[in-house]
Amino acid sequence: MQPSKDQVRAEAARLQAIFCDAGARAVDPDILQPAEVLLDLYGEDIRARAYVTADPLKGEQMMRPDFTVPVVQMHMASGQGAARYTYAGEVFRRQEVAEPGRSNEYFQVGLEIFDAEDPEEAEAEVFARFADALAPLGLRAAMGDFGLLTAAVGGLKASPVRKAALMRHAWRPHRFRALLDRYSGRTPVPAARADLLKRLTRLTPVEMITASGPLIGLRTTDEIAGRLERLRADAAEAPLPTAQVTLIDDLLSIRETPANALARLRDIAVDMPALDPALHRLERRLSVMRRHGVDLDAVSFEASYGRTTMEYYDGFVFGFFADRRPHLPPVASGGRYDALTRVLGQGREMPAVGGMIRPGLALELAGEGAA
Amino acid sequence: MNLKLGVPSKGRLMEKTFAWFGARGLDVRRAGSDREYAGLVGGIDGVDLVLLSAGEIPRELNAGRIHLGVTGSDLVRERIPAWRDRVEELAGMGFGQADLIVAVPKCWVDVETLEDLDAVAAAFRATHGYRLRIATKYHRLVREFLRRAGVADYQLVDSQGATEGTVKNLTAEAVADITSTGDTLRANHLKLLSDGLIHRSQATLFRSKSAAWTAETRAAFDALSDRLGETAGR
Repeated sequence: MQPSKDQVRAEAARLQAIFCDAGARAVDPDILQPAEVLLDLYGEDIRARAYVTADPLKGEQMMRPDFTVPVVQMHMASGQGAARYTYAGEVFRRQEVAEPGRSNEYFQVGLEIFDAEDPEEAEAEVFARFADALAPLGLRAAMGDFGLLTAAVGGLKASPVRKAALMRHAWRPHRFRALLDRYSGRTPVPAARADLLKRLTRLTPVEMITASGPLIGLRTTDEIAGRLERLRADAAEAPLPTAQVTLIDDLLSIRETPANALARLRDIAVDMPALDPALHRLERRLSVMRRHGVDLDAVSFEASYGRTTMEYYDGFVFGFFADRRPHLPPVASGGRYDALTRVLGQGREMPAVGGMIRPGLALELAGEGAA
Repeated sequence: MNLKLGVPSKGRLMEKTFAWFGARGLDVRRAGSDREYAGLVGGIDGVDLVLLSAGEIPRELNAGRIHLGVTGSDLVRERIPAWRDRVEELAGMGFGQADLIVAVPKCWVDVETLEDLDAVAAAFRATHGYRLRIATKYHRLVREFLRRAGVADYQLVDSQGATEGTVKNLTAEAVADITSTGDTLRANHLKLLSDGLIHRSQATLFRSKSAAWTAETRAAFDALSDRLGETAGR
């Protein structure tokens, strides 16, 4: 049975009290958030997911689709160092199609830790506190680590331009794959590109642009010529070794207990030493988790975890799922989002990790368990 | 209750709709004077004609206030979320053709495909400090298309008309708009992307899945379907 709003609110308060006991300060961000910030962060897709409204004085506003962004903004504006926050309240999600377990408005309870001292300790603590709070529900836990993919891309025999292009699409697996295939020569150069490169052997970039007719729009001749030069350099670059692409494929396919995942990652790192620093962080995180009493054998390590849904999470990521209700969204999820603090920090950056629980879903599952 | 058939109330779209039904033995026309928005369906019982603006027909179909409606397939896809759950395409009518496409300035000699557009969007954002702007009135169709194609770092800016002029006016870097011959694009120094076709639109007869289907409306629909040579289910 669906719990009532009062019951969900009470459950949210109960969970928030756990985070308060852990030393987190309760914060209460506004429901209306400036749309510009969210649009700039997430792009047009957020319009399909968030309610947009207009304020005559403040301009376009969005009803908060999550708490993390306003909490990060608040923390970065405060100029403080280490801090931890908790929130409890409703978020609002516009829906084009009705999906089970997904409401237009639902409660979230969260914990966010800003800490530069000991990142793995903070990560292990967040996970352990979530695992504790959710233990009675018998959920399946999964975790991943974007740091591994980032390190692997950093270790490729490729130009900085190619690496940057790959990193930019790390959260769009389809595009990432297409780029890898192109760079390694698995897919041929498209005819239009080949044609363009041929013309570039006869004409200078500026000649080509001039021959195309009037220059319109904000993109300057320099910008267009600059890209033509990059295309020429890219065409001259040696293909990415197939062995390295295979290593990335191996890495992304890992789905094991943390101990087995670690063994496979060590194998991969023999041929890709650039993985080592990320691997050390993972090893340390796992050992701190064990110290916090986390039963690691019950957790699945999935190297691709959250790759399509968690843009801006750039390290450790995790989620808790109800396996007997596989169509439901995760009961809880979170991870490290240093990149978000960098984007919102206006020049500053602060290591941060956190997560949120859906108390409504937790209550629903608890009710089923009792029945 | 009679079956309600919604058709465009004005212009060539209305005339061609009437002619299309006429060619199938159905006398669909306006009643009374040219200014009166009422119509008749002759040659078949139990069908009411509802004259509407073509842009409102998707909404009326979605709400189930009309059983059948004639409008552009682009408008249905743009205005009805998960449109396949809400309406059924009965027949493409072979007129009102237009393509919804993505176009960029012709001077962007480095851009032929969506992959190029994506790369340019990343560079544009890094250089100019904001997302590359694409002017359109088809927000849902364009957003879904670009998401599937993996294009990032763009933003849509609303343009309800003269969209091809926005690049020259510096209010957008690229456009996504309807074109039939491409003449307007060329005149405004724009070019199509080779893989930038979002939707090939035409006037289409739709059936609402949420309208009240009674024995009467069903009988009228069956009679109409027979006449149209349609075997489409209900």
